[in-house]
Amino acid sequence: MKLRSVSAAAAAAVVLALTATACGGGSDSGSNGDKINIGIKFDQPGLGLKTPDGTYAGFDVDVAKYVAKELGYSEDKINWKQAPSAERENLIKNGDVKFVVASYSINDKRKKEVDFAGPYFLTHQDLLVRADDNTITKVEDLNSKKLCSVTGSTSAQNVKEKLAPKANLQQLGGYSECLTGLENKAVDALTTDASILAGYAAQKENQGKFKLVGLKMSDENYGIGLKKGDDELRGKINKALEKMVSDGTWEKLVKEHFGPSGYKYEPAPKVQN
Amino acid sequence: MSSVLYDTPGPRAKRRNVVYTIAFVAVLALVAWWVLAALNDKHQLDADKWSPFVTDSEVWTTYLLPGLTETLKAAALAIVIALPLGAALGIGRLSDHRWVRVPVGVLVEFFRAIPVLLLMMFASALYREFTTVSSDFRPMYSVVTGLVLYNASVIAEVVRAGVLSLPRGQGDAAVALGMRKGQTMLYVLLPQAVTVMLPALVSQLVVIVKDTALGGALLGFEDLLSQNRQITANYGSNTIATLTVIALIYIALNFLLTTFASRLEQRLRRGRKSPSATLPAQAGAPEAKPEAVSGA
Amino acid sequence: MFDFLDSGQYDLLGAFWVTAQLALYSAIGSLVWGTALVAMRVSPVPLMRGFATAYVNVVRNTPLTVVLVACLLGLNQTLGVSLGADRFEDIGFRLAVLGLVAYTGTFVCEALRSGINTVPPGQAEAARALGLSFTQVLRLVVLPQAFRAAVTPLANVLIALTKNTTVAAAIGAAEASLLMKTMMENETDALFTVFAVFAFGFIVLTLPTGLILGWAAKRLAVKR
Repeated sequence: MKLRSVSAAAAAAVVLALTATACGGGSDSGSNGDKINIGIKFDQPGLGLKTPDGTYAGFDVDVAKYVAKELGYSEDKINWKQAPSAERENLIKNGDVKFVVASYSINDKRKKEVDFAGPYFLTHQDLLVRADDNTITKVEDLNSKKLCSVTGSTSAQNVKEKLAPKANLQQLGGYSECLTGLENKAVDALTTDASILAGYAAQKENQGKFKLVGLKMSDENYGIGLKKGDDELRGKINKALEKMVSDGTWEKLVKEHFGPSGYKYEPAPKVQN
Repeated sequence: MSSVLYDTPGPRAKRRNVVYTIAFVAVLALVAWWVLAALNDKHQLDADKWSPFVTDSEVWTTYLLPGLTETLKAAALAIVIALPLGAALGIGRLSDHRWVRVPVGVLVEFFRAIPVLLLMMFASALYREFTTVSSDFRPMYSVVTGLVLYNASVIAEVVRAGVLSLPRGQGDAAVALGMRKGQTMLYVLLPQAVTVMLPALVSQLVVIVKDTALGGALLGFEDLLSQNRQITANYGSNTIATLTVIALIYIALNFLLTTFASRLEQRLRRGRKSPSATLPAQAGAPEAKPEAVSGA
Repeated sequence: MFDFLDSGQYDLLGAFWVTAQLALYSAIGSLVWGTALVAMRVSPVPLMRGFATAYVNVVRNTPLTVVLVACLLGLNQTLGVSLGADRFEDIGFRLAVLGLVAYTGTFVCEALRSGINTVPPGQAEAARALGLSFTQVLRLVVLPQAFRAAVTPLANVLIALTKNTTVAAAIGAAEASLLMKTMMENETDALFTVFAVFAFGFIVLTLPTGLILGWAAKRLAVKR
């Protein structure tokens, strides 16, 4: 009757496993108890990056910390959640996070599903090239070049549909994969928002290797995404963002995170109430 | 077996073998040299790209080990759920009732014919649209769902083949003793079939571990493979070093499982010799692992 | 319900054509590579035996996803290997074939080795008694019988390979599963239809393979 005990053990294991994983799905309001859940990127240096010591660093992270503090949550009350580009609307709609600060451009399609506070940063689609490469100076040059971007990103679609339909475009899973190719000359340029590119160029391992071309191929206004119709929260966040600009924190953070790359950032955009 | 294919080498054959060995070494060395030179040329062999894995324990505690934990969790959940489900399906397919046998058969054949990646993607879309599973767990749920559907149907076939490989007399004897059908299956057939099946089941675990990597590459599952992106974002594009370390972890893990499987098989084969009436040697063995090849 | 099929927005047949091509090229490549591996594995040269055994054990225990990602990030992005292709769509396809061959070759090798094991020792002994060399024994006597005995395991490998072509989505080859992913993101109100269409496509690709080769296995089986 060994089999009976084996199957009993297996059944017990199933039940255990199911309850163990189900426990995590509990929180529904984006803040459990006195904690607050905030969605950020985990893999974008300069904006939102999970660093080796398990903490998070970047401009978006610091903005989120500032806003959370204004909302009454100190740093140790923040639960960071990963918000990959394709998941941001879902995270907000399901209430998994209170708000998302993750290089989140405000556009009409997204506005149908979520509300935005801000904008808190204005950037443009740009190109990152090797530091010694001067062959790309205007958008048309791309038609004869090898270009890399992330699968399904707006930057990739922008290139394919408008900017340079003839460019040889490679779409990979993440920007750091593109960077490997760029460094080793498998591709000639990496395209996405200048702020993201600047984050990579400013990393200490990459300093002096890459440069931004400085083309303004689109306008991207970064906003803080939150649940549709939550005007109270939106008002509070907007007030926090305005304060952040007026007390000089914004300037300080931008310098700290984008300064080393030589990225010429735009002045703080006006918050739209 | 291989020794039957050629004579014990005499002096001339020995010399020829030496020539072949040297030529083969030359080819291997040439390939290795080309790869290493190219890597070195691209600065991929620089010490600072590899040293984090030795000197910086944080690369392990922050990225690799949590990733490995997720991989193991998904694999364990998948096998634990798929085993009883697969056993039930396998027994269902052996049922005397047509209305059980046929639908179960269709189900098993269907899920065996569909790539596991498609099942994962479908599960992911379903969870996204119809449930409120938090995005932290959705990738894991999708991966496990896909793996369970596929592997339960594979295990169903293993169970069926295992039971069918038993001598008819076993079932007949149970009936003669007055056992009911359920009792026959539970007390007579399954316990014997399990010993035939075990090695195939353990090697199926290797397939499951390998398939979890699909979720990491395509569904945003935070598994071992997906750590590649975060590590290279933090340690200056050390892609080659990171991929090598990740691949070595997978290989070591699966090698352990494979070794365990073959040990088990040897042990069972030895154990089988004494009560030789139970199983004719290797009766269902090739049948018992129909899908050992599959998986990504 | 099926209106997305003829809207012209998605190239379903094109995607499945890529899948079929991936499977075909990889199958041919794997057969060649697997045969070479098994020849090395039973050869009289110890080093070749060691190499083939090590290769099979290492690659079989590596996830195919890792093999393909290594082809893209290692071979292409780092070493600049593009296999003669210029556009990234072609590079992805060719790298996928390379990765699939490297991976599937090990399973072909194992299938053939089990086939060789079914050939009675007397066959090889008789061939050696006639004075045939190792390559002659293998080529003229053992492998022809091994192939015929290995049709069923080889068919399983081929079916698994056809399903494994979906993994090429991980390196951006424009095959069926990548299209399904896109469609599932866009056509959220027709998830079941989309899945049914793709599932049907793969059943169409794999079912005949199983049936035909099952029939062939019976016809070709060596009567003993």
